[in-house]
Amino acid sequence: MISVIPIQHILILTTLMFFIGVYGFLTRKNLITILMSTELILNSAAINFVAFNKYYYQGEMQGHFFSLFIIAIAAAEAAIAIAIIVNLFRNFRSVNVEEVDKMKY
Amino acid sequence: MAETIIFYILGIAILVFSLLTVTSRAILRAAVYLLFVLCATAGLYFMLEYNFLAAAQLTVYGGGVVVLVIFAILLTSQIGEMVAKPGLRKQLFSAFAAFAGAWLVISVIVRFPFGNVPSSANQVQNVAYIGERLLDTGEKGYALPFEVISVLLLAAMIGAIVIAKKE
Repeated sequence: MISVIPIQHILILTTLMFFIGVYGFLTRKNLITILMSTELILNSAAINFVAFNKYYYQGEMQGHFFSLFIIAIAAAEAAIAIAIIVNLFRNFRSVNVEEVDKMKY
Repeated sequence: MAETIIFYILGIAILVFSLLTVTSRAILRAAVYLLFVLCATAGLYFMLEYNFLAAAQLTVYGGGVVVLVIFAILLTSQIGEMVAKPGLRKQLFSAFAAFAGAWLVISVIVRFPFGNVPSSANQVQNVAYIGERLLDTGEKGYALPFEVISVLLLAAMIGAIVIAKKE
């Protein structure tokens, strides 16, 4: 793999994926779709760590472990976010960011 | 040659399904497209020969996060319900911001002299090695972040239960 594909191609791919996530984050109004956009962003960052690890620091494994911890943190974040979303839906009957504008009702 | 073709297929799949994830108006479909993106990412990890990471990606993301998202969608919206279309102005400005950022980063990536890839062999990266590193307290060990993340997961689990609990 690393002998045939330059690292720039992987980096451009992850850059595009990151900014697609940013676009979704800016345009979406539903909280769940915003959460999915952040998952895209996190995922592209994890691919970058792995690519740099593989191409330039093959003896070490730092990038690999960083990605592993990113995956674990993303799972924790998704669990909390979805608990909050379910609670908001119970109180406001909506998961639209423009209608949910109070911390306590 | 085959690797090149597989890489570009995975790359195109990632980009197309990412775009569909952020533009699809049916939320459940967006979640399924997100699943495809995450599986294609796992394929990328397999190509980079990080098998354990690819397996973790498939089980935690593909098996855990996407299922959670789908549960949340089913709990909070009707099936077949479409999300409101964002206004044209908002779409234009967001697309402009995303394009500007992507152009900036890509122009830096293209110009940066990355240098030759060192061909350092003797790469030990089977699962036994990963497990030893995760529990090692020495110089190259990751015992502290490993323990911290287990406490974080426990705290997140308890927090999720407390937040979502009925009064």
